[in-house]
Amino acid sequence: MSWTAAIGLEVHVQLRTASKMFCGCPTSFGAPPNTQVCPVCLGLPGAMPVMNLEAIRLTVMTGLLLGCRIATRSRFDRKNYFYPDMPKNYQISQYDQPLCLGGALDIGPAGARRSIRLRRIHLEEDVAKSLHYGNSSGIDFNRAGTPLMEIVTEPDLRTPEEAHEFLTELQRVLEYGRISECNLEEGNIRCDVNVSVRRGEDGALGTKTELKNLNTFRGVHRALAAEIRRQIAVLESGGRIVQETRRWNDAAGVTEPMRTKEEEHDYRYFPEPDLMPIELSAEQIEVWRAELPELPAARRVRFVAQYSLPEYDAGVLTADRGVADFFEATVRICGRPKSVSNWVMTEVLRFLSERGATIGHLPLTPAALAELITAVEEGRVSALAGKEVLADLLERGGSPEDVIRAKGLAQVSDDAAIAEWAAQAIAQHPGPAAEYRAGKAAALQFLIGQVMKLSRGRANPKLAAAELRKRLDAG
Amino acid sequence: MSSPAQWTLTETRDRLASREVSSREVVESVLSAIERRNRELNAYVSVNAEAALEEARAADERRARGEFSPLLGVPIGVKDNIAVRGEPCTCASRILQGYRSPYDSTVAARLRAAGAILLGRLNLDEFAMGSSTETSVYGPVRNPWSAEHVAGGSSGGSAAAVAADLAIAALGSDTGGSIRQPASFCGCVGFKPTYGRVSRYGLVAYASSLDQIGPLTKSVRDAALLLDVIAGRDPRDSTTLDVPGLAAEAALMRVGAADLRGLRIGVPAEYFVAGLDPEVERLTRAALRRATELGAQAVEIRLPHTRYAVAAYYLIATAEASANLARYDGVRYGLRVAADGILDMYGRTRAAGFGLEVKRRIILGTHALSAGYYDQYYLRAQKVRTLIRADFAAAFERCDVIAGPVAPTPAFRLGEHLDDPLKMYLSDVYTVPVNLAGICALSVPVGRTAAGLPVGLQLIGPAMGEPTLLRAALGFERERERPS
Repeated sequence: MSWTAAIGLEVHVQLRTASKMFCGCPTSFGAPPNTQVCPVCLGLPGAMPVMNLEAIRLTVMTGLLLGCRIATRSRFDRKNYFYPDMPKNYQISQYDQPLCLGGALDIGPAGARRSIRLRRIHLEEDVAKSLHYGNSSGIDFNRAGTPLMEIVTEPDLRTPEEAHEFLTELQRVLEYGRISECNLEEGNIRCDVNVSVRRGEDGALGTKTELKNLNTFRGVHRALAAEIRRQIAVLESGGRIVQETRRWNDAAGVTEPMRTKEEEHDYRYFPEPDLMPIELSAEQIEVWRAELPELPAARRVRFVAQYSLPEYDAGVLTADRGVADFFEATVRICGRPKSVSNWVMTEVLRFLSERGATIGHLPLTPAALAELITAVEEGRVSALAGKEVLADLLERGGSPEDVIRAKGLAQVSDDAAIAEWAAQAIAQHPGPAAEYRAGKAAALQFLIGQVMKLSRGRANPKLAAAELRKRLDAG
Repeated sequence: MSSPAQWTLTETRDRLASREVSSREVVESVLSAIERRNRELNAYVSVNAEAALEEARAADERRARGEFSPLLGVPIGVKDNIAVRGEPCTCASRILQGYRSPYDSTVAARLRAAGAILLGRLNLDEFAMGSSTETSVYGPVRNPWSAEHVAGGSSGGSAAAVAADLAIAALGSDTGGSIRQPASFCGCVGFKPTYGRVSRYGLVAYASSLDQIGPLTKSVRDAALLLDVIAGRDPRDSTTLDVPGLAAEAALMRVGAADLRGLRIGVPAEYFVAGLDPEVERLTRAALRRATELGAQAVEIRLPHTRYAVAAYYLIATAEASANLARYDGVRYGLRVAADGILDMYGRTRAAGFGLEVKRRIILGTHALSAGYYDQYYLRAQKVRTLIRADFAAAFERCDVIAGPVAPTPAFRLGEHLDDPLKMYLSDVYTVPVNLAGICALSVPVGRTAAGLPVGLQLIGPAMGEPTLLRAALGFERERERPS
């Protein structure tokens, strides 16, 4: 029997709140060290925490997006351990009464979707950040107290690829729900994993190890692959897996022992006496439920049904909530969903990926794109010229009509001008002209292309084709 | 005329308002009293005389301009575990030597807003852990009535300063009796408000679910006035209660406020048991008899779970303390003992920085929360807490206030209990149930022992029962006696 892995994830997500979890300090990234601090997040003697209700709302929204049961009563607990990055030497977290229980997230290709069960989602505070120099260390408390949501899965994932896909899909959901900035470079999403292997698919899970220090999704994938290989090698050589926490050494590409089960902290959780329990009414939860955005998977299905788009288009367009919103806003103005989809998927997305930009920051508006597409569809500007106009709009914004006028790109349907370009094309390319006359119809496309080139894209392609055909057939 | 330092808070306020005296004169009088007697009593651990005189001058100017705020120009002493911006906040611990609070506690901010001058920091048991102010790094506070006796604790500095006229009034904190017991030992009024009545923001936490700030004063009216200033909902402390303001002093001014007629006083059998000092019992019973003669009705009540209160208290309080005191690690502020690694630095700093009693409680609390012991200790203690709360709820069906001793004995001798922590803990038997139940209580002086040591009567009220409690206390209050 072959080996199967069972992988569980603990994903820490920094929430998109203006202020910290238990004080009013800002959460913005990149400020000079220790400038976003106060007595509360520094853990000064006598300071007390106050709950950030927006963090609670965002956690409940996440729970609703992932199909969790929302606890009408939950509470915070103190998790005790000494750590220089933790100002109070306890972390305010949630132990046995988390905000969200259960839930699931689907992964896998259409037709073979698999549900990955969640165990819980809870809320806690982030720690500070140590900076090490030569023989001294400094601590930046700007991050201390940032709201941190922890999503814990059941060990339902089977491969490093699945873990990677789960994280990518989760990131998409969090972006869709406007839950987190999801900026991986800034550490908005961090992940611990646990993994075990066993023979075959059934039976009891093997002994698991926990892996720390996984900073990227790719790191998760590589660490899991290495750890699964290590565990199989140990077991196949007759050894036993020790339950322990291991550190991923990214440079060496191996996992290394960090601490064994016996050395694990006893966190001595107990209810946080400085905070009241969180009580959520059913009405409040329903109000939040009504604010939920449509998730990518559901939107994909709707795009196919509502706009008659191919599966592929729907998938590309809904991958990013901003792009999907932009697409729908454009279609609301000009209709023609398939045309809009083509323009967005090719020109707009290429521009975004070249610039590493997001659609929300573009000067191009859905109204401008709708106007341009309408102009192309109605033959007022050629598709080729349309691309040139769009390039301009993507850079500078403005109205398509102005750009068309300024660049003289309005489609030319004037017979005399087209006749002249057609004559020129035939004269310059006698070869293809002869081929056409000899019965090779495809040669006409080449000549149409030449007319478009001569006219800088302005010639009406239908009229150009007719004119070329007329001239070539005539003699 | 007596010197201003001897005046009560309401008296001082009224004489300042009528410009019979200036704030400068009041502050100078208090400073000179401190100068005369603090060396002996050890009540204050630091006094900011210059700043106090400067604030007094400013207060006098404000008053000359016609400004009025309830405590304008009145000096108040503050226990050294309540943060005042710019002042030391050492909790009488070596580990916080050199630390100054960069922010005001809510009570300090409210006192300032009311015009008060926060002139000095008052001694206490280290981190408020003790019943005698003997665990202070600054040494013990002496009882103003007898230098060989303790002032009680942990707010021993506050009680001694008020009783010996080294302060017009003071703030203390009460986790298991730390306001009431020293008030009883020193002969002043000590009030522990309902949990959530006064903000804890800026009170250095010992046991967060039990701690409460309250006044130590020369009269019941003074306690009401100070409570009016410091009480109220605070957005910085989520455990504060959203209830209307007290106006407690105004209520005491009404005609007949001190009338005890019709008051049902619950007398718990469990508070008069073996171990109760005969003189304390005699004075307590005499006060109750006097009250019934004045028209109050004594009702026998039962508080059956009292015998488990001390055990439950010392599990819950130490469990919370073990977390609350974890932050003193040498990393960010206070004492740091250099060492090679971080763990070694933690160990050496805490070994050198904390005293014996604090270490004992941290270890006890850490153990009570440990894997495998949590259910047996912490969880069971929480169940006892629920039962104690239920005891009081049932009792208050039958009475308006409960009366009994504050402590089993009058002030004991310095060092008498120091080597016997259990005996020290057991002396909290009558005060800790109130903190476990989150209700309010006070100590009001009712007499002195043959040796001349004061004895207070404890009056206990239901949650939010401050107005009734203060009215009852006014009825019991006798003319103030001063130590010579």
